[in-house]
Amino acid sequence: MSFFKKSPWLLHYDASSCNGCDIEVLACLTPVYDVERFGIVNTGNPKHADILVITGSVNEPTREVILNLYNQMPHPKVVVAVGVCAATGGIFRDTYNVLGGVDTVLPVDVYVPGCAARPEAIIDGVVKALGILETKAAALKAGAAEPAAVEGSK
Amino acid sequence: MGARTIIPFGPQHPVLPEPIHLDLVLEDEKVVEAIPSIGFIHRGLERLAEKKDIHEMAYVSERICGICSFTHGMGYCTAIEAVMKIDVPERGHYLRMIWSEMSRIHSHLLWAGLLADGFGFENLFMQSWRLRERILDLIEETTGGRVIFGSCKIGGSRRDIADDVMARLLKELASLEKDCHAITDTFMEDSTVAKRTRGVGVIAPDDAIALGAVGPMLRASGVASDSRSLGYALYPELSFAPIVEKDGDCWARTAVRVREIYQSFDLIRQCAAKMKPGPVDVKVSGNPSGEYWARLEQPRGEVIYYVKGNGTKNLERYRVRTPTFANVPPLVHMLKNIDLADVPVIVLTIDPCISCTER
Repeated sequence: MSFFKKSPWLLHYDASSCNGCDIEVLACLTPVYDVERFGIVNTGNPKHADILVITGSVNEPTREVILNLYNQMPHPKVVVAVGVCAATGGIFRDTYNVLGGVDTVLPVDVYVPGCAARPEAIIDGVVKALGILETKAAALKAGAAEPAAVEGSK
Repeated sequence: MGARTIIPFGPQHPVLPEPIHLDLVLEDEKVVEAIPSIGFIHRGLERLAEKKDIHEMAYVSERICGICSFTHGMGYCTAIEAVMKIDVPERGHYLRMIWSEMSRIHSHLLWAGLLADGFGFENLFMQSWRLRERILDLIEETTGGRVIFGSCKIGGSRRDIADDVMARLLKELASLEKDCHAITDTFMEDSTVAKRTRGVGVIAPDDAIALGAVGPMLRASGVASDSRSLGYALYPELSFAPIVEKDGDCWARTAVRVREIYQSFDLIRQCAAKMKPGPVDVKVSGNPSGEYWARLEQPRGEVIYYVKGNGTKNLERYRVRTPTFANVPPLVHMLKNIDLADVPVIVLTIDPCISCTER
């Protein structure tokens, strides 16, 4: 399954981030960090994506959007939670509109720490996600059933 | 009249790193109306003031937005200092101005890249962000952070810039300023850029004022309004004039921001020349009692911070009015009777910062 290594496409969604992690995710795609040289492309279409990168904590309106995006992505797929807000809610976890980290809604495969997460850390997280993606792909190929879609119920 | 179609734009859209939703009502290829819906990144940050003490709130305030983070921290501290009647030492003010101008350069270069991406000039996007990395390196060297600095606190600055670092910083800024011309000349002179921006999304000065536009958006329509002229920090010590363009289209808004990049380089040099050795902060004790409105100029325009203290370690009320919030009504006005293909360009030229807007 080495083709994932060559061109994993990622879909970025800002759940309720302060922008800090978002612009660091974008910075990964631009010169200096430039992950495009490894074939990693930021796509706008969930149906083309292998990796869902989510920044920021989850709140009520974005919960629906995240589920929608995740369920549209084809299997195998991995979720990377970037930044402490995506991990636990971070500095905003005590606010009234924040439900918590991404794992309150979706199964998260990789957590990237930092506030804001540094581009090096994000790249490291995506590389870890590639390993998980390959394991999932191998399982599917061996005949494992596709995981069911994640339902929206709390 | 053709049949009406509604095209949803966002909340997840490749041209925007942040979620905002617009329902674009189309007749053939023309947008007749844009209906925004917001609330995707509302966190409820203002009420966090009831749970975090005034010193912790400086960090929270910085996380209103990761692009103009320093100005948010500085505005919050300015308001609290006014309530508590704290005199920030001169060097503290100069350091704050240097960092806020550096974050203006980084924000405008970031925006320039996103705009280029918006009209499909991929190379220009990459080149803008390549230059932005160099200013981020300088920010990281002086504050320790790339996008969230944490260097502003109530009473002054948390860090100082040593003389040898300052000399290196000025040298690197001079070389960066020279290199910036390569991309800004393209924005200002390239015919393909002009084709996408000239005469697109025009807003007349009267409309801009009536709809409450702020910052580069207002200045591009010929209104010389810059909150730095109000004289917070030590801006009265520096010589500068608001940058104004008269056309009010996407090109004029680009031109204002491009010229502001060079203005910021100049302001940093002025600060460095006027800075004298001395303390960077004062000791703060007690709790704020009273209220204050602070008005600052962010890269995106005027931002207002309201604080109300009641003598306890928590604020009673903290309120922020951010520039993008003010610029949404002019945006909706501009999105009428335009081609669908121009929507991304027009949305980007207000330099939208949704996480500021919704907090």
